[in-house]
Amino acid sequence: MTDARAAETSRRVEPARRDGKRLAGLDAETLHHLLYQMLLGRRFEEKSAEAYALGKVGGFCHLYIGQEAVTVGAYSVLRPDDYVIAAYRDHVQALAKGIAPREVMAELYGRSGGCSKGKGGSMHMYSAERRFLGGWGIVGGQIPLGTGVGWAIKYRGEDRVCLCFMGEAAVNQGAFHESLNMAALWKLPVIYIVENNRFGMGTAWERASALYDIAQKGGAYDMPSATADGMDVLAVREVVGEAVERARKESVPSLIEARCYRFMGHSMSDPVHGVYRTKEQVEEAKEKDPIRIFIDRLKEAEVLSDEALKKLDERVRGEVEEAAQFAEGSPEPAPEELYRDVYAELPERGRIFFDGREEAGGAWRS
Amino acid sequence: MAVITYREALNQALVEEMERDPDVFLMGEEVALYNGAYKVSKGLLDRFGEKRVVDTPITELGFAGVGIGAAMVGLRPVIEFMTFNFSILALDQVFNSAAKVHYMSGGQFKCPIVFRGPSGAALQLSAQHSQALESTYAHFPGLKLCTPATPADAKGLLKSAIRDDDPVVVMEGELLYALKGEVPDAEDHLVPLGVAEVKQEGRDISIITHGKMVHVALQAAARLEKDGIQAEVLDLRSLRPLDMDAVLGSVRKTNRAVYVEEGWPFVGIGAQIVGLIQEEAFDELDAPVLRVTQADVPMPYSKGLEKLAKPSIERVVAACNRALYRD
Repeated sequence: MTDARAAETSRRVEPARRDGKRLAGLDAETLHHLLYQMLLGRRFEEKSAEAYALGKVGGFCHLYIGQEAVTVGAYSVLRPDDYVIAAYRDHVQALAKGIAPREVMAELYGRSGGCSKGKGGSMHMYSAERRFLGGWGIVGGQIPLGTGVGWAIKYRGEDRVCLCFMGEAAVNQGAFHESLNMAALWKLPVIYIVENNRFGMGTAWERASALYDIAQKGGAYDMPSATADGMDVLAVREVVGEAVERARKESVPSLIEARCYRFMGHSMSDPVHGVYRTKEQVEEAKEKDPIRIFIDRLKEAEVLSDEALKKLDERVRGEVEEAAQFAEGSPEPAPEELYRDVYAELPERGRIFFDGREEAGGAWRS
Repeated sequence: MAVITYREALNQALVEEMERDPDVFLMGEEVALYNGAYKVSKGLLDRFGEKRVVDTPITELGFAGVGIGAAMVGLRPVIEFMTFNFSILALDQVFNSAAKVHYMSGGQFKCPIVFRGPSGAALQLSAQHSQALESTYAHFPGLKLCTPATPADAKGLLKSAIRDDDPVVVMEGELLYALKGEVPDAEDHLVPLGVAEVKQEGRDISIITHGKMVHVALQAAARLEKDGIQAEVLDLRSLRPLDMDAVLGSVRKTNRAVYVEEGWPFVGIGAQIVGLIQEEAFDELDAPVLRVTQADVPMPYSKGLEKLAKPSIERVVAACNRALYRD
């Protein structure tokens, strides 16, 4: 079955090395930061779910719970000037790229203090300053864009990279094939990271793809590829790290499949289990909770004390609480925002909108 | 003023803008080594090299998206669709990504990209290669759209489009590439988006149109003139932004109007224009505003049927006569 196959091809950083407050060659501070980011993502999303249930967050809300190790591990090898582009399960990705939790939460609330000014919502977090090129809502639609970012990096002769995230279902889209072909043909510094959380909405991967092993698809493009254990933050870090180094030095793309598991439903609108997977399957997957496993390893390596963990969790809960309070207090976008930002440049002459001009108080002209 | 072809005018626009701004590059199928399927990019590869004139695999969605991603981080791509018929494969990228990124990001990311190429019917290319898709592209807020009818406008509008900070669709007339016309010599010959042009003054009826149909309208006006009818021909030049002041000004002068377009009638550009005229100038009208469009069918291959399907000078004349209550 799939778990056995996953175990076979997964790469792990094993065993945990006890080298005096270090693990996998990382110092305690770095390790604590990885844990902090995963915990922040987890608590943030628990709060989002609560706010959604209370009707404070609208629309779709795709939670990332269970997949934290992928984003946090992958980002941990980036420089601040590297780019990331993501799909619609993007709250934790935005947080890990450094967007303030209050801005991400306010975006979920649809408020003016949100990172997209309340115009994007759950699926469309952005930060130009943080080089976070957004969450995108059409499966696979962001893959050509990430490829274009890589193209621009190469055009300018920079040594930056672009991480282009997608779910496993996107791999069956034509956009994936077109993009990887061009990236390999033109040698672009893009790392395509497939988060295989096993289900494209309610369709299990083995019911959607003729080929189970996504990394093998790299062969079709003569592209280096690897599989990582997406429940292990250090394993993801190691595999993505190699690809990033290759991209920076040689300007070549890579394809990485991170095998993980979605603990929640596809979105807040579908149940955790009962329709397309059993409760037992979900419970079994939760045995590999990436945060709990990482805490155990840190403790085993004597890098993390109970006291430090408690303090870290308190800090994270405080930040999430502050974010929710900020979102509550952030005003709704003003009416004139409706027509603002459709265009970067308004014409001197000629009509560009065809309704509601008066309602917007003429702001479309300003 | 030099007399050059529409094709040469587009080429000049690309050369001048690529000389002016190193962030401008051209990407598409056959644009480099082959010099462009319609030779619009002739000589660009020799002049600017492989980095800035880029042949792509046949992947419209893919390379449209590559351009959009590059534009989001500050480059100014010109993406050539070999024809807009093939752009349909890229619609997700143009509509869902390019048109919306500025808004969805709360104004953080600009998308200064141009999508250009030939549009509309040529001769006997049948249903999949003869489509005028202006209304499809004009439908999406976030996109701008222009349709040059002359060499001077081809150059001036394309240059404006490249300099614009928003995604601009430039639909060229497939049958206009060899058309010759005067193009101002001025280094910075720019035609602003959103400014229509009265191609011919008249007091009896307004023929409002854009793109290739400007030439059909002018010939129809010449025929009407033999009957003593003075038709005013208004070339919209761009459809978003749309110069409604010019449309309403003309209608208020002539009190009658016919809209001519190459696309289909249902939810076409003409439907929008008629709607706006009746909303804003109803009292000035002496007759219903009529439309001449492509027949509401996929384009047939047969020469005779194709001719019947396309807007013709005869049909424009007939529509004008009806609007003048002369038939």
